[in-house]
Amino acid sequence: MKNFKKYLAPIVLSCATVTSAQAGEVEVLHWWTSGGEAASVAVLKDLLEKQGHTWKDFAVAGGGGESAMTVLKSRAVSGNPPAAAQIKGLDIQEWADLGLLTNLDSVAEQGNWDKLLPKVVSDVMKSEGHYVAVPVNVHRVNWLWANPEVFKKAGVGIPNTWEDFPAAADAIQKAGFIPLAHGGQAWQDATLFEAVALGMGGSEFYRKAFVDHDMDTLKSAKMVEIFKAFKDLRKYIDKDSAGRDWNIATSMVINGKAAMQVMGDWAKGEFVAAGKKAGVDFACLPAPGTSGQYTFNIDSFAMFKLNDSENAKAQNALAKTIMEPAFQETFNLNKGSIPVRSGMSRAKFDFCADASMDAFNASAATGDLVPSMAHGMSTTSYIQGAIYDVVTNFFNDESLSAQDAVNRLAQAVKAAM
Amino acid sequence: MSAEEPLQTAKQSSGLLQRIEHWIPKVVVAPTFIMMLVFIYGYIIWTGVLSATNSRFLPSYDFVGGLQYEKLFENPRWETAYTNLALFGGLFIAICLFIGVTLAILLDQKIRREGVLRTIYLYPMALSFIVTGTAWKWMLNPGLGLEKLVQDMGFENFSFDWIVDPDMAIYTLVIAAVWQSSGFVMAMFLAGLRGIDNSIIQAAQMDGASMPRIYWRIIVPCLRPVFFSAFIILSHIAIKSFDLVMAMTGGGPGYATDLPATFMYAHSFTRSSIGLGAASAMLMLGGVLAILIPYLYSELRGTRNG
Repeated sequence: MKNFKKYLAPIVLSCATVTSAQAGEVEVLHWWTSGGEAASVAVLKDLLEKQGHTWKDFAVAGGGGESAMTVLKSRAVSGNPPAAAQIKGLDIQEWADLGLLTNLDSVAEQGNWDKLLPKVVSDVMKSEGHYVAVPVNVHRVNWLWANPEVFKKAGVGIPNTWEDFPAAADAIQKAGFIPLAHGGQAWQDATLFEAVALGMGGSEFYRKAFVDHDMDTLKSAKMVEIFKAFKDLRKYIDKDSAGRDWNIATSMVINGKAAMQVMGDWAKGEFVAAGKKAGVDFACLPAPGTSGQYTFNIDSFAMFKLNDSENAKAQNALAKTIMEPAFQETFNLNKGSIPVRSGMSRAKFDFCADASMDAFNASAATGDLVPSMAHGMSTTSYIQGAIYDVVTNFFNDESLSAQDAVNRLAQAVKAAM
Repeated sequence: MSAEEPLQTAKQSSGLLQRIEHWIPKVVVAPTFIMMLVFIYGYIIWTGVLSATNSRFLPSYDFVGGLQYEKLFENPRWETAYTNLALFGGLFIAICLFIGVTLAILLDQKIRREGVLRTIYLYPMALSFIVTGTAWKWMLNPGLGLEKLVQDMGFENFSFDWIVDPDMAIYTLVIAAVWQSSGFVMAMFLAGLRGIDNSIIQAAQMDGASMPRIYWRIIVPCLRPVFFSAFIILSHIAIKSFDLVMAMTGGGPGYATDLPATFMYAHSFTRSSIGLGAASAMLMLGGVLAILIPYLYSELRGTRNG
């Protein structure tokens, strides 16, 4: 009983503090709950609390955000949305179309967001010309992670184009290694496919196919060629890949069982956690044929309309803080991505992040900065799902020809539109 | 007068008691009844309504008629899902019934240690499908499990890679599901066997019938109601199979092991196609009714005749 009382006091106290917090509270829905990600969110919380606002954590773990979205939908429908929620890509527009998101134009103007963000990026954050969301970071998806040791043993160089790829992969296979580490999950198949499509088709082709869904491009001979090259990669992947998680595939590259992996820059965290050094123990290169191009995957917070004016102030402060260099730097160092705003000090970032920043700026200028289809940046979730189905089925089904797959792709995209 | 009064109050109070007795069951049952009405039948109707709309991200009420059903039947993934269900369900039910009856008959031979054996066979039922799925995923993985084990024992050419083969992966689900459920079916049949009157069997033995003949002509027909219950239970396990697929193959390779339940979940909750998801859910309901209605019909007709 005595013990119980001892514990009761802090519980009661903590309840009291929760209820008494009214001035400027932001409730933030996110699914960054694992190690490095949780540390990244804690940074934002600290920065906001320093400004005198209260942070109410609304973390829903699991399923890559699926469960979080289900919770968010029920909260929004019942008229009680959180201040901010981790929503990305075209889903931002879907929420904005429902009239649930708030206008951040004044914060954006003060912070000069239009100047700081490339237009392709700010377009994703806007609905009908108004800012409704804040970008947190930029992931580059078209990376090739390679183990230089394996390449040395096989006596070949790391391939720069998809045309050179088979020769290098054959040599690696002959030397007794798995050329390409891959996990047989739909999104990983799509990530690999998108890299092939961008490398062989170019940015213009990619944009027409996966952003505009131009039927002629989707059905073109080039697309058939891309599907063929994509299927050819199958023989460089070990047969146990079905259902494998991406980080297991990354560890195969780390251990020297496999030579390379096509994966976004979140893979870097796995290398670093294993004590490997960028540029020495592992190489980060653009995926074959995409050296000038950049497929982006941007995490962002969409801001919901709030009734309480104090909370709305805190919400604006949150939006402002997210775009400030202090947060952008610490957060992205933790997460392995790069800051979304230009002109920041790069002193603390490693070799790969540095290369990513260069490519980001260069590709933004040349129009080679393209949204990632596999990560929901270029298209709505239903069209994305339709593409996933075709790609993953084609990649796993021996009997399906590239031409059939292309016809199916066009048909599926049309049906989903 | 004074003698009548207590009698009347007794009558009154017994009337009140009767009324309470009459109402109490209804009052007690009412909340569950209302909850069932709303949460089961209400939502079935709502799902039906949604399947006729173009709901995507959130429910909307723009009616499009049968468009979602048309889309569903043009979708090659749905085709895979329902063929898989037919394959998986058919094999799962047939094999479970066969193994269940065989084990039950063998256990019924008054053997020693029956209790221990029964527990061993029944034990998998205590696990959730998630555990079963994960364990079988590891066992069947060519690089980790069975194939590697046999190859390490010296049989280099041994190959058992069904789980990574899109054409065969669905059968690995059958293996895992049968392992989990056949013990339970065995227990049902064992109970049925114990319920059969011994004198019938003795009479047949007196007439000189052989043991296999007795089983085939007398005992198995006596188990008809058990077959029915087992069939209903197994078919509903098959139709709502979701966790096993998620844990074991995640629907893969590709979408080769997709079942209607996983299709419905993917479209309603991760792909923002609530309309299409609702349409597939309605077809699943249709599938369940197609099994249930003939069963109920035969059962109800049976009681009326009896």
